Amino acid sequence: MQLTLKIWRQKNASDKGGFATYPVNHVSKDMSFLEMLDVLNEELTEKGEDPVHFDHDCREGICGTCSLYINGKPHGPLQTTTCQLHMRSFNDGETITIEPWRAKAFPVLKDLVVDRGALDRIIQAGGYVNVNTGGVPDANEIPIPKTIAELAMDAAQCIGCGACVAACKNASAMLFTSAKVSQLALLPQGRVERKTRAEKMVAQMDSEGFGACTNTGACEAECPKGISITNIARMNREYFSAVISSDNL
Amino acid sequence: MSWVTKTLKSTLGRKLIMALTGLFLILFLTGHLAGNIQLFFNDGGQAFNIYAKFMTSNPIVKLLSYLTYISVMGHVAYSIMLGQLNKAARPIGYAQSGASTNSTWASRNMGILGTVILVFLAGHMYSFWYQMHWGGIPTVMYGTEEYKDLYTVVQLAFQQTWMVALYVIAMGFLGFHLSHGFSSAFQSLGLNHVKYSPAIKAIGNLYCIVVPALFAAMPLYIYFTS
Repeated sequence: MQLTLKIWRQKNASDKGGFATYPVNHVSKDMSFLEMLDVLNEELTEKGEDPVHFDHDCREGICGTCSLYINGKPHGPLQTTTCQLHMRSFNDGETITIEPWRAKAFPVLKDLVVDRGALDRIIQAGGYVNVNTGGVPDANEIPIPKTIAELAMDAAQCIGCGACVAACKNASAMLFTSAKVSQLALLPQGRVERKTRAEKMVAQMDSEGFGACTNTGACEAECPKGISITNIARMNREYFSAVISSDNL
Repeated sequence: MSWVTKTLKSTLGRKLIMALTGLFLILFLTGHLAGNIQLFFNDGGQAFNIYAKFMTSNPIVKLLSYLTYISVMGHVAYSIMLGQLNKAARPIGYAQSGASTNSTWASRNMGILGTVILVFLAGHMYSFWYQMHWGGIPTVMYGTEEYKDLYTVVQLAFQQTWMVALYVIAMGFLGFHLSHGFSSAFQSLGLNHVKYSPAIKAIGNLYCIVVPALFAAMPLYIYFTS
């Protein structure tokens, strides 16, 4: 395959940045998108140019490190992570536009690398989960209905990649935050701190500068892990019932 | 800052206000439609004029009308606040957008749709609401009681082609606004349930077509029958 790449290049956080165009030849249909970028970077390095910086780690779709806004969609045309996207999803001779996640809360550090620390701080704001000290508890000591366990696991699938923020027209982190609120609120272990957790995580989300939710559903449609917006409704319930009944002034 | 103001300042709290005011305005629309259906009656406007007088004199209706004004103002004010917050959340936009593949056009353009509806509302209120309250409009006698003849004002207004066109187009915008707003309000309130959400979606889809269509039918009916 022969491709033309239109890539956002930005030296550092304070640089204005702009698009640069690179032709790449010798691309196999079976390459992953990141391997294709590796090919480009090898060529750039050989020419003595600065390679394109992008986030990646596990390359098997479970860590949430890769990002990239490809042809107007987070993680490209398929509902998967960029590392699991293959070049067969593109046509020979195509021009591919690659941009970083765009959000005030995700400042661009270099090229396509953004700082997603805001998501970590939302999780940190959630605080701890109380557990009994002593010996290791027996398996199934706390009975949890299968349906509830499944719902909690569905929410816990979130890998925190930030595609929801990137896809949202308001750069809202509601889907991420709601998944993190839900996975603990659903389980008995997370019940003790559920009110404080919902209040603090929402407050942190707002203070990071994410937008509000317009319920467009774009996040759900683009989430590589298929997190449902029913989690956002659950977060709304958790938050409103928390602010009405909690002891936190 | 008290917990109440803190909650109402949060993104979730602001969306709560949008949802509650929006749902109240949906209730208002339903009532408004039920009353105005009397324009279709073939009675020379008697039922409509008696209804119009009731609407301007009944104390409970008065209370509901103030709630409606507050809802409109709240809905507009909070949408401006949320719009600014959302705009600030993404200072640099994307060069290429594939938003049309993951969300509906109406859901992404609620602000534009709402602005058009607000402008329409201002003109609409001047044409009928203002005239009814403070305009010099003719009166009619039913039995021994005198009534303002709002029916004739409506009849005259909708003999103008541009007025009819304006109303029909505005109802199109309202339909699109409701096509997202109806079910979205329930989601913002946290009401998402496997049993009820499909029904809410279905009722919303029906509501956003039937209600604006019936409203649009009124000027069309008057235009083509008079």
